[in-house]
This record gives sequence, C-alpha cells and structure tokens, in this order.
Amino acid sequence: MTLELRNEDRPYLPRGVRMQRDEVRGRMVLVAPEKVIELDDIGAAILLRVDGMARFDQIVADLASTYNAPAEMIAQDVQQFLQTLRGRLYLMVQA
Amino acid sequence: MSVPPPIAMLAELTHRCPLSCPYCSNPVQLERKETELGTEAWTDVFQQAHAMGVLQLHLSGGEPASRRDLEDLTEAAAGIGLYTNLITSGIGLTPRRLDRLEAVGLDHVQLSLQGTTAKLADRIGGYRGGFDRKMAIAKEISARGIPLTLNAVMHRQNLDDLDRTIEMAVELGARRLEVACVQFHGWAMSNRAALLPTRQQTMAVKQTVAGAAQRLQGVLAFDFVPPDYYADYPKACMGGWGSSGLNVTPNGTVLPCHAAQTIPHLAFENVREKPLLDIWRASSAFNAYRGTEWLPEPCKSCERKETDFGGCRCQALALAGDAGVTDPICKKSPKHKEVVKVLLERRFEEDQTLLHRSF
Ligand code: SF4
Ligand code: SF4
Repeated sequence: MTLELRNEDRPYLPRGVRMQRDEVRGRMVLVAPEKVIELDDIGAAILLRVDGMARFDQIVADLASTYNAPAEMIAQDVQQFLQTLRGRLYLMVQA
Repeated sequence: MSVPPPIAMLAELTHRCPLSCPYCSNPVQLERKETELGTEAWTDVFQQAHAMGVLQLHLSGGEPASRRDLEDLTEAAAGIGLYTNLITSGIGLTPRRLDRLEAVGLDHVQLSLQGTTAKLADRIGGYRGGFDRKMAIAKEISARGIPLTLNAVMHRQNLDDLDRTIEMAVELGARRLEVACVQFHGWAMSNRAALLPTRQQTMAVKQTVAGAAQRLQGVLAFDFVPPDYYADYPKACMGGWGSSGLNVTPNGTVLPCHAAQTIPHLAFENVREKPLLDIWRASSAFNAYRGTEWLPEPCKSCERKETDFGGCRCQALALAGDAGVTDPICKKSPKHKEVVKVLLERRFEEDQTLLHRSF
C-alpha cells in the first residue's frame, strides 16, 4: 500500500488517536497508542482540518488561503506530515 | 534543578497473574494481594499524575484483569482525560468486561503474545488453555474496533516463529506489532541461558522486521526492540532515568523503572506517604541517575550521552556489579568483554528448561 494521499482522499484520526491540549506544558499534542507527539502551530492547523469530511485538496486550499501561501508548497508539507502519521497508523483515509 | 514533569505512568495494579512467564518484568519478590492499593487510592494517584502533566496511563500488572475494579479504575482515569492503555495477557477479560471497558472510555489495548501455537504459548506462559482463551478475547477486542497492539516477546525459543507472528497480527486487525526481544532483568535473568537468542537469529529478526514493515506499510506499524547483548550501544532506559516516565507498584511504591528495586542502595518512596509530585521531583531514587551530571567515564566525555544516558542502570548492576557505571552492553565499557564472554560461552543447543515466575 502506498502512503500517499490523493486529492479525493478524506483523512481522519482513527479511534485511539486524538489531538488535545497539554495544559501543563501549554502546547498541543497528538496522543496515540503509547505515543505522544508534540505539535507545532502548523501541525495543529493541519490536524484541525482533518475531520474525515474534508478532502486532501480542500484541506490544502483552506490552509493556502488562511496563511496566504502558495498551494503547491502547502500541499507538499501537508502530504509529508500526513504520510508520516499514516505510516504509524495514526491517520487513516476514506475515499 | 527544575525537573520537567513525566509524560507517562505505568500503574502496576497487581502482581497477580494466571500466567507465569519466565521473563516476567515483575520483581523476583512479588507483592501480594493484601498489600495492593485500593480503588480510591489508585484513583487519587491517577488524579495527581494528571495534574502534574502525565498524559498517558498504562494499566498494567501482573494481569490487570485480575483486579475486579479494573473497569472502575479505567473509568476514573479516562474521566479525567488520561489516555488509557490496558496492557494485558487477555486472561480474565470477558466480552462483558470489554463492553464495560469500552463504555467507560478505554483507549487502547496492548495484548501480549507468548507464542503462535497453543503448544508453545502455553509452555512459555505456564498456563494450559491460555492461548485459546487469548485468541478468543483478541477477536472480541478487534470486533469492537478497540485499537490493538500485539506485543510479542521474542527469545530463542520463539524467534523463528516471527513470520507467523506477523501474519497473526494482520489477521487480528492489530494496528501495531511490537517485536520485543526479552530484556534480561529479574525473572528473565534467571532464564538467560534458555532465552538468549543466537547471533544468527538476531540478524534474521532484524531483516524480517525491516522487510515486513516495508511490505505492510499503512497496514501494520512495527516497533522493534532488538536484543541488547548483540548491540554496540545500550538503549536509554525509560528515555532517561526520571525524565519522562514513572512506575507505581501494586502497593504504591514509586519507581523510576520497573526493575529499579534490584538496585539495593536506592530507597523508594510510597504514594501512601508522600504526594507523587514530591516523589518525582525530590526523592533520592529519582535524582540518583537523573540527567547526565552523575555519569562516569567513558560516558562523561562521550557524544552519545544525551542519547542513551549511559544505558540501563539495572543492567549495569546485573552485569558489572555496580549500578553507577556505564552499561556493559556499550562497546566502550571496560566491562564489555564480560558481555561478550556470556555470548561466547553459550552452548545454545543445551538448556531449554524454564524457571517460571512464582510468588
Ligand atoms: S509477563 Fe507473563 S507472567 Fe508476567 S505479568 Fe505478563 S503475562 Fe503475567
Ligand atoms: S560510553 Fe556511555 S554515553 Fe557513550 S555510548 Fe557508551 S553508554 Fe552511551
């Protein structure tokens, strides 16, 4: 299986994986089975849009307009970030 | 010194377990039921842990399902927002108990696997019928969609079954397979002769894991804990002593790592007597090997000291007779030749007998 997300894929965080605020350390984290991943602002902004409804290309377009950045560059970053999570099964997609 | 808070806590709810694996990580001196913390005391520990910054709670043992209040404890932990991970052999769980665990918010199950056939698994676990019961409950877990990790503890007597282990993980719908080669502490140390893998097996297992991880990408994630004895450098114990995790034993004793009680000169404190935060920050046991200040040579002037913190303290004690020296697994350790000697002296065809854990 390839980890690459296609434009029409709708990524989501599966059961057992969630984004939450780490109050004590004042940051956002992704908690997953036996793993805590610290999220920077970009990571959190991406995952905020990952809801199982939005398509990959819509997520990219939304980020591009919010941050006023070129879509190709955003697409690359989002693709890379989501693929890493997908490789660990912290992220899944529905077509 | 300001001490950053821990991320994860391992709660050894009980040392009781229907199985008696010869590599069990519980101490050789097991704690009895009468001394275990009660439901309220554990709930209080969970609240303290959460308030100080713990995000993940591992509900472990022994066999945590041996506690009849496992569901209540899970509810208490999940209710305050802790990520709850149940580390179990599956024995003692039933479909009804799973329903309740699911309803109260259990996040994840880590199921141990002693072998891939009833014959092997029941011999290793020392519990006849255990394998079949485990498989039945594994199917119940996966049918409910509860996120599942399979934890296969590998050693000389089952390493050759790795391919089948991987297949089973896929069949059971596990998301993750932990291939954990036995670490030699406690009970496993008494069984080292029978469990230590051969060099050939060690090479083969690395290749098998790498190949399968590639082939199954997006289907099954792998975590691989290689056997220490054939490594060049040691692993960081607990990601660094007193840096990110802590253990609480059934009676409330707080440990920097599950084997820390093998170090005789350390004194451990108990949640019955002191707040968890004080123990974490100020107790002599946690501060004994925290950070890198205390490190001896050759670690002190080594560029890897922030990576492995000089390795495992319990292993340094077990192999070099001193918990305060470089882990002898490290090839730079002056005691390293003794590790190599253990390997060279092994005659692997002999000695398959296992000493099972017991109270
Ligand atoms: S390692 Fe085996 S004996 Fe020890 S707690 Fe786990 S299942 Fe029980
Ligand atoms: S000398 Fe110490 S710090 Fe360096 S690799 Fe060995 S154990 Fe790690």
